[in-house]
Amino acid sequence: MEKRVTFGRWTIGILFAVPQLILIFTFFYWPAGQAVYWSLTLQQPWGGGNIWVGLDNFRSILANADYWNSITASMIFAGISTGLAMVIALVLAALTDRQLAGSWLYRVVLIWPYGIAAPALALAFRFILAPEAGFMAVVNKVWPGFWDPGLDGADAMASIIIAFSWKYVGYNFIFFLAAFQAIPRSLIEAAAMDGSGVIRRFWDIQFPLITPTIFFLLVINITESFQDSFGIVDIMTAGGPANATNLMVYKIYSDGFKGLDYSGAAAQSIILMFLIIALTIVQFRFIERRVHYR
Amino acid sequence: MVERTPILNFFTHLILFAGFVFCVAPFVIVAIAASHNLKDVNDVPMSLLPGSDFWVNIKTAWTTADLGPKLFNSFIMAFGVAAGKVIVSALTAFSIVYFRYPGRMLIFWLIFVTLMLPLEVRIVPTYAVVANVLDPYQAIMDLTGLSWLIQKISGVQVQLSLGLLNSYSGLILPLVATATGTFLYRQFFLTVPDELTEAARMDGAGALRFFVDILLPLSRNNMAALGTIMFLWAWNQYLWPLLITTDQSHAMAVTELKQLIPNVGGAPEWHIAMAGTLIVMVPPMIVVVLMQRWFVRGLIATEK
Repeated sequence: MEKRVTFGRWTIGILFAVPQLILIFTFFYWPAGQAVYWSLTLQQPWGGGNIWVGLDNFRSILANADYWNSITASMIFAGISTGLAMVIALVLAALTDRQLAGSWLYRVVLIWPYGIAAPALALAFRFILAPEAGFMAVVNKVWPGFWDPGLDGADAMASIIIAFSWKYVGYNFIFFLAAFQAIPRSLIEAAAMDGSGVIRRFWDIQFPLITPTIFFLLVINITESFQDSFGIVDIMTAGGPANATNLMVYKIYSDGFKGLDYSGAAAQSIILMFLIIALTIVQFRFIERRVHYR
Repeated sequence: MVERTPILNFFTHLILFAGFVFCVAPFVIVAIAASHNLKDVNDVPMSLLPGSDFWVNIKTAWTTADLGPKLFNSFIMAFGVAAGKVIVSALTAFSIVYFRYPGRMLIFWLIFVTLMLPLEVRIVPTYAVVANVLDPYQAIMDLTGLSWLIQKISGVQVQLSLGLLNSYSGLILPLVATATGTFLYRQFFLTVPDELTEAARMDGAGALRFFVDILLPLSRNNMAALGTIMFLWAWNQYLWPLLITTDQSHAMAVTELKQLIPNVGGAPEWHIAMAGTLIVMVPPMIVVVLMQRWFVRGLIATEK
């Protein structure tokens, strides 16, 4: 879409864009280019610049079992937490859209978790899920040793998944509800006249019509699970136990800033960048074609 | 409601109520835990009746993590990012929508691409840039031979250096450098009727006057939505402030939470930790509750 009426003095026009351009050049394009450069070079230990090593950094990362472990952990985390957050939100939004008495309350309250900083909710869940105090302690009292995120990798993974899903249920809920409410009431009423029940209407009318939202949220949730998980992991598990929750962004941080391996961290960043770009392209290219639009 | 379905309605209420509990329970538990003393908070099961030490714990958490100045820093940063976004994005969107100049589409795509790569994945090199923001320009001058030229002529060796670690600008600027708001404004500007622009031009208004007196007042809703969402987003940032503020005087409230995690071997002071969590949760919660309409609108509009 283009404007028919525009202003003639385009030099002024460019001036308006200059602040943004300086910002994205300095803090986006330069660092992104720098990451590519670092990933292809190796910093010499006692200064003296970078030596060109080609794809060696990538090779050594991809040969590293820790890195594959981190990818697997990220995929498990992304898969389960996205699934949980989306299914719960979808059910809650579909039911809220039935507009029974009191549904305004859910519309207001269910979004609250999304306003909370990931580290704050992580600390809250660390307490709630702590093995010796809080609520899982009750379970531990009945079955001793059942739950210990500090020792058992699966428990630690479950903890960060619960914390992340809790935050993103609210976010997904808002989008699903908006999508449901965009469906014309007359469509639902006509189907009801024809004798279809609530469940039938959901699968045959509402669900196909909100597929664009589902795919949109799928991509957003997966991307966010790569980024927003950092605070949760850092507060709840610090990547442990035994690297069970060492997700990709957390590994970049610990390799780059704790291990001071800039080249390795940069190479990992590049791989993550490609992953996220690939996801975005999938969203734009393939998924948009297969979904229903009115 | 389309038809009468009493059984289904019952289950609808039941499930929605379960969802409600699921959302609210953590807030309630945090608040209750923050009101217990050391012994009660570690009771298994913890009593769900509030204890009496609420203000004592809040005070302890406040002083232990030194939250006063940290909250102040968080406010400065969140306001800075929100204001920066609201202003810079409006300017850029105006330029893209209301002018025709060579390279306009290039600028559009340059900005669009920034949506794809969040700060978290390019954190290491961004950190290096902020350590010396003029580094890109130094490199360009070196590469183009400009610094060599200047040295030949004036004898001065060019060493551009401006470190932004441990400063508000270092915290704020990289977070402003994304495209989220630009597209929000762009969508809105495209819906502003052309007749309005024509009328303004007929009355002799230039680009700047049209922007300030007509377009900005019309975008008030967008500004509120964008401001709210960016304020929350900036307040909740963790990784970036963690890296860039090595100096305590610039630390953020959210990053200070880490200091409240009970140590292994130390006293399990969960009541203090939860009081601190509550303090850090409250400001964004107030924003969400008061600005709910803008928040929801901003959420949906910035992503789509």
